[in-house]
Amino acid sequence: MSGVDAASKLSIRGVSRTFEGARGQKTQALLPVDFEVRENDFVTILGPSGCGKSTLLRIVAGLDFPSTGRVLLDGQAVDGPGADRGMVFQSYTLFPWLDVEHNIRFGLRERGMPEAEQKERCAYFIAKVGLRGFEHHFPKQLSGGMQQRTAIARALANDPKILLMDEPFGALDNQTRVLMQELLLGIWESARKTVLFVTHDIDEAIFMANRVAVFSARPGRIKTELAVDLAHPRHYRVKTTPQFMEIKARLTEEIRAESLSAAAH
Amino acid sequence: MAATPPVATLAGNAAPAPAVPQRRRRAMAPLEPVSPRARWLLGVAFFVLFVAAWAGATLGGLVSPTFLASPLTMVKEAWLLFTEFGFLHDIGMTVWRVFGGFILAAVVAVPLGIAMGAFKPVEAFLEPFVSFCRYLPASAFIPLLILWAGIGETQKLLVIFIGSVFQIILMVAVTVGGARRDLVEAAYTLGADSRGIVRRVLIPGAAPGIAETLRLVLGWAWTYVIVAELIGSSSGIGHMITDSQALLNTGQIIFGIIVIGVIGLVSDFVFKSVNRRLFAWSML
Repeated sequence: MSGVDAASKLSIRGVSRTFEGARGQKTQALLPVDFEVRENDFVTILGPSGCGKSTLLRIVAGLDFPSTGRVLLDGQAVDGPGADRGMVFQSYTLFPWLDVEHNIRFGLRERGMPEAEQKERCAYFIAKVGLRGFEHHFPKQLSGGMQQRTAIARALANDPKILLMDEPFGALDNQTRVLMQELLLGIWESARKTVLFVTHDIDEAIFMANRVAVFSARPGRIKTELAVDLAHPRHYRVKTTPQFMEIKARLTEEIRAESLSAAAH
Repeated sequence: MAATPPVATLAGNAAPAPAVPQRRRRAMAPLEPVSPRARWLLGVAFFVLFVAAWAGATLGGLVSPTFLASPLTMVKEAWLLFTEFGFLHDIGMTVWRVFGGFILAAVVAVPLGIAMGAFKPVEAFLEPFVSFCRYLPASAFIPLLILWAGIGETQKLLVIFIGSVFQIILMVAVTVGGARRDLVEAAYTLGADSRGIVRRVLIPGAAPGIAETLRLVLGWAWTYVIVAELIGSSSGIGHMITDSQALLNTGQIIFGIIVIGVIGLVSDFVFKSVNRRLFAWSML
């Protein structure tokens, strides 16, 4: 898996992360990880909380730096954050002083895109995430689900090479979360983006992904990889099919072992 | 229960007691809100009480008129101030000094504060000095400033400037430095560079806090201006007050103080409403 893969979009090579405490004590958050994400893959990273999966995502985003190893995107080494890796965070990170439209146009403006083109792109993505009519609402006037839909539109409008998602639906209630999964999956099915999605929710991990990587408890490493061969387009009813149940049962076992070992620490 | 009646009567005047028992409103329970009308009336009531006590003490002969003028004398003196002594000019001078010194301080301090908040080396370089200067009392500089700048307008403006500039720098630096890290990270992943982060994340995010800082410091600037005018000045509200002291005219002194309070209140109110309009998003 760690060899040079021609179709590989993102390759994570020997990436580990050790945090140094205030008194010099070291905490290993991430053991060396090798991982490849192919073009148009929807990969979910599934693991118990505190296992270092978010750390890995932040390293890919360039917001954190690996202690060893490196990350390549289209063969180029990552050495800082950039517009080619869009990110949606778990916390609500819309700029509170900008309305929905200007939040979505943030990256476009930063790039110096002409105003008319910004508006056109923005309108397209507003429609795509179903926020038409809310262009001039401020983030605080939106529900959590609507804020995250805006954040997704903001990341997609920039046309990143890969979309990184750090438990973006983690703070939402269950019903909203399920609808958001369907929305995101629908976008992916039509637009074919490369997505790396971190979650601790097993259903979520299976439903959207074509590949699930299971993380071990801290210090994190990739323990298992599992292909999800459910047919597209996926309907929410796929969650009650025997095939889905079988994958879920397997992942539940994997995760349970890790959660138990995490709890024992 | 002793303190409830004022509120109870106010509510009673507004609407006769309903026949159907409602949820009992406990006016004196902690954190229980008051209606806007009751709030307004209560606020005015204290001014009325205050003036009544003042009138009682002075007109009733409890206090010698040499030490404290009665409200009536004060009104008469105030009239004289405007008609005979050109007090409007004094007020104009004082207002111009406050705003002149304050705007000068803001123009210097806000960019510096933003630079300190955004860039840690700048902060490390300037913060100790600014913190030290913040504790230097502006009024203690007056003798030095008179020596350097004479007793003209420059000296007055400098007092306000020294009194305000260091406060604004530090408070702006803290506001900018307290920016939400997750917003900064989000901006980075959207392709912003350092310049973009400062201009499009740190500054807009801190703007309401900066405006609030300026409002607070403007209030302090009012206290410095009077001190500056008490010493070596030929115009201004503070100058009028020192003059009146020599003549034992307590009516004029009190009126001068009240005028300062009213102007302060008005400018504060204007500042607040401008902030509310400019930064509507932060009030949501």
